[in-house]
Amino acid sequence: MIGASTEVLAFPILSSLVILPLLSSIVVALLGRTRAEWTKLAALTSSVTTGALSLWLLGAFKSGDAGFQFVSNQPWISQWGISWHLGVDGISLFLVVLTGILFPLVIVGIDPHHNETSYFAWMLLLQAGVMGSFMALDLFLFFVMFEIVLVPMYFLIGGWGYDQRVYAATKFFLYTMAGSAFMLVGIIATVSLARRDLGFVTFDVIKIAEGATFSTNAARWLFVSFAIAFAVKVPLFPVHTWLPDAHTQAPTGGSVILAGVLLKMGTYGFLRFGVYLFPQAAMWARPVLYTLAVIGVIYGAIAATMQRDLKRLVAYSSVAHLGFIVLGTFALSSQAVTGAVVQMVNHGVSTGALFLLVGMIYERRHTREISELRGIQHVAPVFAAIFTVVMLSSVGLPGLNGFVGEFLILIGSFESARWWTIIATVGVVLAALYLLWAYQRVFHGEPDEANSSFKEINIKEGMLMSVFVAIIVFTGVYPKPVLERIEPSVNSFIEHVESRTK
Amino acid sequence: MNDISTFVGPVIDWLAISPLLALLAGALVLLLVGSLTGEWPWRLYAHLAALSAVVAIFVSVRLWDDVDTNGARLLIGGALALDQFALLGTIAICLAIVLVSYLTSDYLHREGVDMPEIYALYLTAGIGALVMIASNDLVVLFLGLETLSLSLYLLAASNRQQVSSQEAGLKYFILGGFASAFFLYGVALVYGVTGSTRLINLNTALASFIPVPRNDAVLLIGIGMILIGFAFKVSLVPFQAWTPDVYQGAPTPTTAFMASVGKIAALVALVRVFVVAFPSRSDDWGAIILVLSALTLVVGSVVAVVQTNIKRMLAYSSISHAGFILVGLEAASHRASPNVDDGLIGVAVYVVLYAAMVVGTFGVVSVVTSDQANSDASGSTSLDSFKGLAKNQPMLGLAMTVLLLAQAGMPLTSGFVAKFGVIQAAVSVGSYELAVIAMVCAVIAAFVYLRIMVNMWLADRTDTTTVVVPTLSRISIGVAVVITLVVGFLPSLVLNLGSNLAELASK
Repeated sequence: MIGASTEVLAFPILSSLVILPLLSSIVVALLGRTRAEWTKLAALTSSVTTGALSLWLLGAFKSGDAGFQFVSNQPWISQWGISWHLGVDGISLFLVVLTGILFPLVIVGIDPHHNETSYFAWMLLLQAGVMGSFMALDLFLFFVMFEIVLVPMYFLIGGWGYDQRVYAATKFFLYTMAGSAFMLVGIIATVSLARRDLGFVTFDVIKIAEGATFSTNAARWLFVSFAIAFAVKVPLFPVHTWLPDAHTQAPTGGSVILAGVLLKMGTYGFLRFGVYLFPQAAMWARPVLYTLAVIGVIYGAIAATMQRDLKRLVAYSSVAHLGFIVLGTFALSSQAVTGAVVQMVNHGVSTGALFLLVGMIYERRHTREISELRGIQHVAPVFAAIFTVVMLSSVGLPGLNGFVGEFLILIGSFESARWWTIIATVGVVLAALYLLWAYQRVFHGEPDEANSSFKEINIKEGMLMSVFVAIIVFTGVYPKPVLERIEPSVNSFIEHVESRTK
Repeated sequence: MNDISTFVGPVIDWLAISPLLALLAGALVLLLVGSLTGEWPWRLYAHLAALSAVVAIFVSVRLWDDVDTNGARLLIGGALALDQFALLGTIAICLAIVLVSYLTSDYLHREGVDMPEIYALYLTAGIGALVMIASNDLVVLFLGLETLSLSLYLLAASNRQQVSSQEAGLKYFILGGFASAFFLYGVALVYGVTGSTRLINLNTALASFIPVPRNDAVLLIGIGMILIGFAFKVSLVPFQAWTPDVYQGAPTPTTAFMASVGKIAALVALVRVFVVAFPSRSDDWGAIILVLSALTLVVGSVVAVVQTNIKRMLAYSSISHAGFILVGLEAASHRASPNVDDGLIGVAVYVVLYAAMVVGTFGVVSVVTSDQANSDASGSTSLDSFKGLAKNQPMLGLAMTVLLLAQAGMPLTSGFVAKFGVIQAAVSVGSYELAVIAMVCAVIAAFVYLRIMVNMWLADRTDTTTVVVPTLSRISIGVAVVITLVVGFLPSLVLNLGSNLAELASK
């Protein structure tokens, strides 16, 4: 059983992971009025501290323990049974760490070009929201965090994006908000129905999942209401159309965060809330979700192959990759779910890195059209080498991180979702096709005049990318430390699901 | 039969009606002294109006504790009710009067005039509103309604230099009079069936009422007409046609006043009448409220999307908010459910928080569109005047963003607390379909607020004049933003009020 360990730590590390960026965001916004030159330093200090805290969290996390660790539980709105309840287990740990690492890299590595103060303030607010979403164990708190993320992301896309940024930002905001509208009704209904079993009002997800039983029909409706919100966020076919627009129009930093951590809020939400609260309904909905996931894998891959814009190509590859993750999530076997969790992190690292590289190409050439680029390998061999590693990680080459997750998902899903898995495997081949083909067009050949002055990667960019490459190679070669932290939680999660679906 | 020598006047608890008296005193001083003296210096008109509203707030807070210990009761022989539901409305209305008075002062100074009548009218309108929300008798309610409405007609037409303002006043007057007639006719029919206009007597009479088919039809027609009267005042679809024109034509601070005080008064009175007097017919009116609520939500939010004038946009958004508040009333119609009180609390919390949001929002509109107020009315309040506002005036842009996000119902703002309350009420009594409709409409309405934000943050300013934010407006908008954020982060502050909120005075 997943139970909250009641261990009280002297230092409220999880709360500070949320509150530090939140306060820093306000400080940065205020600093901008008088000391604009300090804002970057302040943003950097805050995000590096948050990153360090999350790494410390990784170190202090007890790897054999399946339950929630570092739990912080304070009453917030006692009238409604709402509390500030945070905790991490193996499923959320690496997402929290990823959020902690990704933001400082983005803040140090990418220059917003204008209005630095508000850019950094929104970035830090975004980090607070994402952190909160991954740690919240209270449905209300989760909803607040899940929803509040929209505001900074909206302004980041709208304020620092490319030509169609307003359209893309609005579409992103409305799609996601429409999804969460259903979830809000679902959350309230869940709490109100659970009250009959529990005898008190609580938004605590653990208490509800362990203590309340829902009638088959009610559980299905509730699951659907959650699933709509998460499906939009993931995004699953056919509600994915906001993603290519948002990714393409967002500034590089926004794309990295969007692909790296924001989309994971959907897949993580499926696991932590959808399946955990309503296992039977999840079982019932499995065929539909498998199908949508596999359509996403194949459709995303085909659409990516067709793209002429490098950034849009990477965006569609996200649709395909997240299809895999959803497939693994709903296969509900230990291996598949572990694979899905690993793959959430892997996708964040490799796609985040790809967006960074595409951003660097754009900085140099002011275009992302594949047909405009040629022969970059000749003029920037190191850049090409890094691109190769990241790309191969995204393809799922053995020895790199992408393989670990994809392999676990496919093995774990084969039993419960055989035919879907077989079709999804085609997606692996297609991934190799579109990425290698794009690589071939961009990097091979003889550089023409415009491309022959393509600058080699500089030291700052190199250091930035080396962090990503290190994670990619380490996880690929030696995944054991990662897996042994994820697996106990996943196993107890699967036990919970199995005990409810017998 | 009572002959005149044995007639005993009702006992009047002067303290309990002192919020009314405070506003009345302010209005009288403004009118009498103001008309006999020259223009007062130092914005004294506004300060006096605000002062009497603040006194009313203080007394209401004292009364709140009184009700907490002694329970809700009736005043003046049962004409008015003293309960927390009414007191919360009183506080919200008086707060709106304070904020709007300061906005108006700046507005009038910009126009080059300052006159006491406007403030006196705010106070008389406030008196009408306070009577409405506390009235325990349909006739008293009508008196309050007319006092409020007559003041609002004048206020809408108060900008004598603008044709659109006069048009707004006349339009509001004609349609409002029409609605009052409906209301009065409904009261007459209900009186004909039951023999009383006291809300609580109506309830007891109807509860033991053996429905004779013909009489029940008369009763239901009466209830329907009362509802139509309210629906006009609250601007529920399909009775909303006047709202955008009047909101657009009236001076912006007046629009803020109508959208806050007018709406709170009509909504709270509507809820009181239906919950106290007609609970025995809740199956009948509950269904009608459901339909009205859904229509109001859908039309309000969808039509708002295609507007290009900021005041019309906000007018439709206020219509959609009224639909949201009705979701709470609909929940309160499920008498059989144990959670029926959630609806009442949801409504009360919503109107208070909405008042702060809407006054703040219109306050910003009033400041931003002021420099062109003398030019063509349709052009001056166009959405374009918000272009690049955030670059020009970052703090004002930020304030407006917070208020708009609150109206959209984003978490960590009071708007979310308000929406959460009514949605929670609807879900807890099983009105899932209405809850879903309301949330989907909230998303559509969010598009409207995003459009304004896009103009503020992402568009370039067309004219280079700097928007000036006068001090009093700054205070008003600041108070609204602070309320919005503080309640958003600490909803317990308003929810703690809720324990006796649903206990309506009826004895």
